[in-house]
Amino acid sequence: MILDIYSFSTLTHSINKGLNAVMSPLLATIVELVIVGVLFLMLYAVLGLFLVYLERKVCAVMQNRIGPNRVGRWGMFQTIADLIKLLMKELIPIKRADQFLFNLAPFIVIIASFMAMAALPFAKGLQAIDFNIGIFYIIAVSSLGVIGILIAGWSSNSKYSLVGAMRSGAQIVSYELSVGLSLLSIVIFSGSMQLSTVIASQADGWWIFKGQIPAIIAFILYLVAGTAEINRGPFDLAEAESELTAGFHTEYSGIKFAFFFLAEYMNMFIVAAIATTMFLGGWMPFHIGDWTGFNHIMDYIPSIVWFFGKTFVVIYLIMWFKWTFPRLRIDQLLNLEWKYLLPLNLMNTVFISFIVLMGWYFK
Amino acid sequence: MSEEIIKNIMVGEHEDYLINMGPQHPSTHGVLRLEVSLNGEDVKKVTPHIGYIHRSIEKMCEKDTYKQIIHLTDRMDYLSAHMNNEAVSLLVENALQIEVPERVKYIRAILDELSRIASHHLWWSAFGMDLGALTTFFYGLRDREKILAIFEESFGSRLLHSFITPGGLMHDVHSNFRKDTLEFIKYFRKKLPEYKSLLTDNIIFHQRTKGVGKMDKKTSVAYGVTGPSGRGSGFSCDVRKIAPYGVYDQIEFNEILKNDGDVFSRYLVRMEEMEESMNILEQLIDKMPDGNEYTAKMKAIVKLPEGEYYQRVETARGELGVYVVSTGAKHPYRVRFRTPNFSNLFVLNNLAKGGKIADLVAISGSLDLVIPDIDR
Amino acid sequence: MDNKTDLVEVLSKLIPLGKVTMGNQYPEIIVDPDKLHKTALALKDLKTTPFDFLIDVTAVDFVTHFLLVFHLESTNTHEVIVLKTQLEDHDSPFVDSVSDLWPTAEFQEREIFDLFGIRFNNHPDLRRLFMEDDYGYPLRKDFKDEINIIEYPN
Repeated sequence: MILDIYSFSTLTHSINKGLNAVMSPLLATIVELVIVGVLFLMLYAVLGLFLVYLERKVCAVMQNRIGPNRVGRWGMFQTIADLIKLLMKELIPIKRADQFLFNLAPFIVIIASFMAMAALPFAKGLQAIDFNIGIFYIIAVSSLGVIGILIAGWSSNSKYSLVGAMRSGAQIVSYELSVGLSLLSIVIFSGSMQLSTVIASQADGWWIFKGQIPAIIAFILYLVAGTAEINRGPFDLAEAESELTAGFHTEYSGIKFAFFFLAEYMNMFIVAAIATTMFLGGWMPFHIGDWTGFNHIMDYIPSIVWFFGKTFVVIYLIMWFKWTFPRLRIDQLLNLEWKYLLPLNLMNTVFISFIVLMGWYFK
Repeated sequence: MSEEIIKNIMVGEHEDYLINMGPQHPSTHGVLRLEVSLNGEDVKKVTPHIGYIHRSIEKMCEKDTYKQIIHLTDRMDYLSAHMNNEAVSLLVENALQIEVPERVKYIRAILDELSRIASHHLWWSAFGMDLGALTTFFYGLRDREKILAIFEESFGSRLLHSFITPGGLMHDVHSNFRKDTLEFIKYFRKKLPEYKSLLTDNIIFHQRTKGVGKMDKKTSVAYGVTGPSGRGSGFSCDVRKIAPYGVYDQIEFNEILKNDGDVFSRYLVRMEEMEESMNILEQLIDKMPDGNEYTAKMKAIVKLPEGEYYQRVETARGELGVYVVSTGAKHPYRVRFRTPNFSNLFVLNNLAKGGKIADLVAISGSLDLVIPDIDR
Repeated sequence: MDNKTDLVEVLSKLIPLGKVTMGNQYPEIIVDPDKLHKTALALKDLKTTPFDFLIDVTAVDFVTHFLLVFHLESTNTHEVIVLKTQLEDHDSPFVDSVSDLWPTAEFQEREIFDLFGIRFNNHPDLRRLFMEDDYGYPLRKDFKDEINIIEYPN
């Protein structure tokens, strides 16, 4: 298939062969691990910076203004300037805070989102870890972020932070159920939790089209629950500036605050990437049934462009939510999850299992 | 006496969880300190502490002439500056029994209604921002700029004009005044339905505001809550209808009353008042006489005859009352400003008790407080 | 004007404790300080025009005495009257509080206490509102503050 031109497997295989030829297999593996680690760190940092810049521009356009346009052409280097500023800021030490936990919290949050990113399939042949429990691993690991938030709120020794962290903890733990169930619906459709298998099963059409209405319902529920998971959009009560200053990260300054800030945007990327992988076909191009001419044209666009394009469309949707709607109150938020989203999700899952058993979907 | 004071300070130390909102806080719209005692997320008691921007305006007025007091009244409720000025001017004119030209009365009413629209629109932007819909702030300020441009063209300043003085106006308005106002009305009429679908018809907004902060009519009268906050509870208190001044008895307009008394009703009252103000503006511009007279003949030194005088005016936030005791000198003996925000603030404890912190923000936003008016 | 003079007559009959006259703009009732609360209660409970809306409570410092001024409005007929009482003791004046009749008076009276030093009996929470505890009473005519107030020679 023409798709193979853009496969990264040839590149990775050649690097592997080259390294194995020069040094012992153990050393080669270690060098590969280091290369992958460095690449991921760079990707994390660059993506994070880019997403912050994108948010400011998107929000500016919606609010009828221009956004950053002084630092570099179109304000491109604004985030880098912000990062340098944050790096040089004084780390204000809090006397009565629990020092060890206070310093540990940002790291936990970053590590959780970093580990989740490791399993994402970016393009054909470009996936760092391909577990057979792929999606399960991602959900499990991204839940570790809650620990970081709760530790941050507790160890700051401030009333505002504690209230914000409690709210945030309750919210994230509740919405994880909805996220898991929505993703479970696609696992039932494709029959496997391994991400590469899920993507391969979408070669003839994305699940959101093949699974018709139940898949669309699952997609919408996933978007709502995913936005709540990452403390964004109409669910950002934990860091609502007009109510509790900054919630659980009030007392953080400098690079530690930058960690929280970065982790929030990267979590948004991960949520969008998972939506893309499971519902929108990952790096698969947009094929329509038997239109071979159209399909061939679609195949010419590289898979990595497909992946990032789809992810950024979902990210734009998430940003649109935030800048349009007012905030939900904490009890309304939890109400929404436990009384509306969860029952809907359960019914949807049962419905999908029934459909798959009967075979009433486009295979 | 001192034991009572100490007991009052320590009342929060029991088991209550005390949080201070302010004096510097993004959503109290001014320097107001709210001491909130919480039980988890539920608010048990709200105690406002004021006085951070007390400038002793009433004492300063005792050393100023009547024409100088105008400049001080601007700075009380700065969003309805024209109406504050008009209160003092009307008081002086009624006391001296001076008749101002018709044209001046119409211009004063036009300025009042434009300020009312600007003030309600700024309230709308800030209210959306408090609830989390951050975009409303930019839309509101963009439209308000048009009104401020009209003001700047005529008076030279955007916010604090000191334009309405005893006897008439400081000087004549710009020749484009009528045309610009009509253009603004046309522009704003197109925008209001957009804002309605953005915020008023939004289900999240309904959940945050319906049934929250209920105030019945008795509480409203007992605490003296006037203006749109009072009218949202069915308290008919519009001074333009009760005790008309200027040309308001010749204009047809409705007083907007709602009966539910929650945050959503107060919101709707203000949105509909903006529409009413535009209708009033169209009638005023229609009927405004031509010409270029802008003041009546007045002596340079104004001395009120001995006695007491009281003038009531409807500002954007409620009823402003000016009470002057004069002993026949060129300075007043005592000036007292009965400001609407002072009474509106202290009903906050009644409304916010039993709700959550997020509700407290919504309620204090719906009462539309401007803190310099409270502290004077 | 007619209904104002009518009101004066009606009030003179119903409120025998005070002197009812027609002031500059509104009917005025002048009572002694010890009859203030009863008069206020009677005014609030009037049958035809209950004065349930307290617009303003304020005080004026005439150097020998204080004058406490209440502006009352009736919400069904929109009539406004003025209730006045004169406090002869200039150094430590006491008067009854009306905050049990009109809750808004609680805060207006706190302001009067803060700025004039008039103490209210039976007030639920008589504390200063704007000033610090040891500031003195600024709106009195004999108040001197060399640091903050600049006196211009007239």
